[in-house]
Amino acid sequence: MSSVSRPLSAEIASRLITRARWSPLEIAFWIAAFATIYLFPEHHLILTEIVIWGLFALSIDLILGYAGIISLGQAAFFGFGAYVAGLLAKHGIMTEPVLALIASGLAAAVLGFLTSFLVLRGSDLTRLMVTLGVALVLRELANRFPQITGGADGLQGVTIDPVLGQFRFDLYGYTAYVYSLIVLFVLFVIARRIVRSPFGLSLVAIKGNPLRSAAVGIAVNWRLVAIYTIAAAYAGIAGALLTQTTAFASLEGFAFDRSADGLLVLIIGGTGYLYGGLIGALIFRFAHDYLASITPQYWQFWIGLILVIIVLVGRERIGSWLDPVRTLADRIGAWRASRRPRALGATPEGGGQP
Amino acid sequence: MTLVLETRALEKRFGGIVAANQVSLRLEKGARHALIGPNGAGKTTVINLLTGVLRPSSGEILLDGKEITNVEPHDRVRLGMARTFQINQLFADLTPIETLGLAISERLGTGTHWWRTVGSRAGVVDEIAELLERFRLVDVMQERTAILPYGKQRLLEIALAFACRPRVLLLDEPAAGVPDAERQEILATIASLPTDVTVLLIEHDMDIVFSFADRISVLVNGEMLVEGTVDEVSHDPRVRAVYLGEAFDG
Amino acid sequence: MLTILFDGIAYGMLLFVLACGLAVTLGLMNFVNLAHGSFAMAGGYVALVVVNDMGWPFSLGLVAAFVSAAALGALLERTLYVHVYNKSHLDQVLFTIGLVFMSVAAVDYVMGSQQQFIRIPAALQGQFDVFGIGMSKYRLLIIAICGVITIALQLALLSTRFGSQLRASVDDQRVARGLGVNVGVVFAVTFALGSGLAGLGGALGAEILGLDPIFPLKYMIYFLIVVTVGGSSSITAPFFASILLGIGDVAGKYYVPKLGAFVIYTIMIIVLIIRPQGLFAHGRAR
Repeated sequence: MSSVSRPLSAEIASRLITRARWSPLEIAFWIAAFATIYLFPEHHLILTEIVIWGLFALSIDLILGYAGIISLGQAAFFGFGAYVAGLLAKHGIMTEPVLALIASGLAAAVLGFLTSFLVLRGSDLTRLMVTLGVALVLRELANRFPQITGGADGLQGVTIDPVLGQFRFDLYGYTAYVYSLIVLFVLFVIARRIVRSPFGLSLVAIKGNPLRSAAVGIAVNWRLVAIYTIAAAYAGIAGALLTQTTAFASLEGFAFDRSADGLLVLIIGGTGYLYGGLIGALIFRFAHDYLASITPQYWQFWIGLILVIIVLVGRERIGSWLDPVRTLADRIGAWRASRRPRALGATPEGGGQP
Repeated sequence: MTLVLETRALEKRFGGIVAANQVSLRLEKGARHALIGPNGAGKTTVINLLTGVLRPSSGEILLDGKEITNVEPHDRVRLGMARTFQINQLFADLTPIETLGLAISERLGTGTHWWRTVGSRAGVVDEIAELLERFRLVDVMQERTAILPYGKQRLLEIALAFACRPRVLLLDEPAAGVPDAERQEILATIASLPTDVTVLLIEHDMDIVFSFADRISVLVNGEMLVEGTVDEVSHDPRVRAVYLGEAFDG
Repeated sequence: MLTILFDGIAYGMLLFVLACGLAVTLGLMNFVNLAHGSFAMAGGYVALVVVNDMGWPFSLGLVAAFVSAAALGALLERTLYVHVYNKSHLDQVLFTIGLVFMSVAAVDYVMGSQQQFIRIPAALQGQFDVFGIGMSKYRLLIIAICGVITIALQLALLSTRFGSQLRASVDDQRVARGLGVNVGVVFAVTFALGSGLAGLGGALGAEILGLDPIFPLKYMIYFLIVVTVGGSSSITAPFFASILLGIGDVAGKYYVPKLGAFVIYTIMIIVLIIRPQGLFAHGRAR
């Protein structure tokens, strides 16, 4: 056991650290994201929408991209979070938006935890049906209890107090956008932390080979319950953000279209690296606007066509338009990794990365 | 000596087929026990029963004298039992560094930590390095497992079981399909296991069995035919009949 | 009470004809086809156009619905679906959702978004009174047609050459190819037949289910329930599931209208938890 060469340990350590470190490209991404606050003041409403879609797609990425669970019902948690936030504000139960947002996320997490046991068993198909079914049941419930939810008319008369008691939601959507973007960033950092942790690694392992995962001591089902619950919280917060920034919640939050579009957003950007949902949301929104400007009522046709083409061409190939960017990121990462130990004088061969 | 692993009248039926019939095994601490038998004798079924992938139709499994018949597979790993698979069962998207880091984290009970980064705990990195060197995986340690050559994958398969630091190790044809150079390496590594680790080896290759095992069980049609020392088993006429024309002739 | 049972059976048989194609593609071929309802909708609209606008008799409208939906099914199967059979379930889901979106928007564009009804001949309107049970003539026709189709399907699957070829292809494509079965053609014909029956069901059911562009989305879950709840080991399992679903839905909407479809979805979820392979499956592992 003592025969291990110190340089090898140092190199492994540096590789593992590199894996977790923020690359310059990521930093640039977030600087650009926050710069939009000042660069596009007249587009804050659309940008807020994009942020919410991005957060929603991020929640799908956590279960699909990392744990391999196909869901057609992520809207269940989105809609649930949206109504919780709306009801909290409308009835003055919790009027401070940040606290209400956290409460909505927790409520969605509880729902996610309870329904997670439904997706543990069975095949992809059973999971599809059960997730779809949960969203349908919730939508049906919301529809059948209009005295609470406002039914088909949606939840009217919601007023949102200033964020932290300081920042009032303005007509131009400035507060709404800054608030949403900060929420997205915070949740992204947490998600990034999660997927690079031993826990996140175990999810990728389960996705790849559940049999072997159990054989190295991973309690497969509990890990899936955990990530499903976390993803539900993310979706719930996305829904709550929509309610808070629009002062309205409706049955649309539970709609099948939302689950399907969320999946599409994620697929456009690519799964399993967290940025897919955010980039996908940006593209989706602009594609949506462009298509709707050509054929106002029928833009769904083009969305459908995009889906069909993506599958026929192959998702790997579609996703590969990002490959040059990823390769660049890897190169930069490798270069930095090779510099660090050398600076410490630990690994002479540290630069041998392809 | 103390019994570490024991099965009592273990049975597994698939519909009308009896894959394991009244199988009773007794492994003492530090044993080097081989389970042999012709193809389809039910050897892999027995390993699947021991590790909990399959539940027995009847019978009991005991680890350190405690019944574990209905314990979940991952909990059996925590109790100190690890295995390798006859057909590689690896994580295609992970690198060897990540694969071993994962198994070590799980063993240390840090697998649920979502706020740490992998390998941030002292000792994990050194242990990864030690396993990579021992199993000659250093040169491919950053490649995705899916693209590794078969021999390397096989080494990783074994290394992954070692990373669990088992007290009882079940090896399902560890050297199957491995090129000669690495084959010796695998066998040497297995031979160098600490003497207090109990090993059950399933193997076809009689050279390996004879060089490694001190006791042998012969499984035929799901039933235990003979159990004894290497000498006893190799001279048993029934075993010779089963293996007629195979290694025992020589 | 008995009228509800009768309506439920008619509804259930209609669901079966609509969904039996899916039972084969999804249940047996393990292909997740969420766009199955689009073929039903296509058949429904074809019948609508030829009967209402072109003055064809209703019976010919049904034939036209079957033929056109089958042709559409065959065309799409040969050009698009074949490329997706071997892809992951996620890809199949995305692909077929895409098709649903396209069909919804396209029909909306051509036919308008309002709900429409096919003109039914006077002879089929009204109802019989048998021992005090009101039986709608039209529903009786549905039961008759769907019953004949069910029996024909069962016979075809069990005792024709094509049936055995299909079963062999589904069990193991490679073995079937080895036996000289042209698996591609078998699948294409099956797919076309299933789509055609869906189209027929769409035309027959326009009176009961309504016909509008969101038909494929509205009934997608029902078709899926029939297949998953029934289990996929034979054609009889989805048949019984359809009948149960039909009766359950009609009774649920009659007795507890407040809860609506809630009952059905909840039952589906519970069944899938208890028996992931379906109610009537014989433990056939997939």
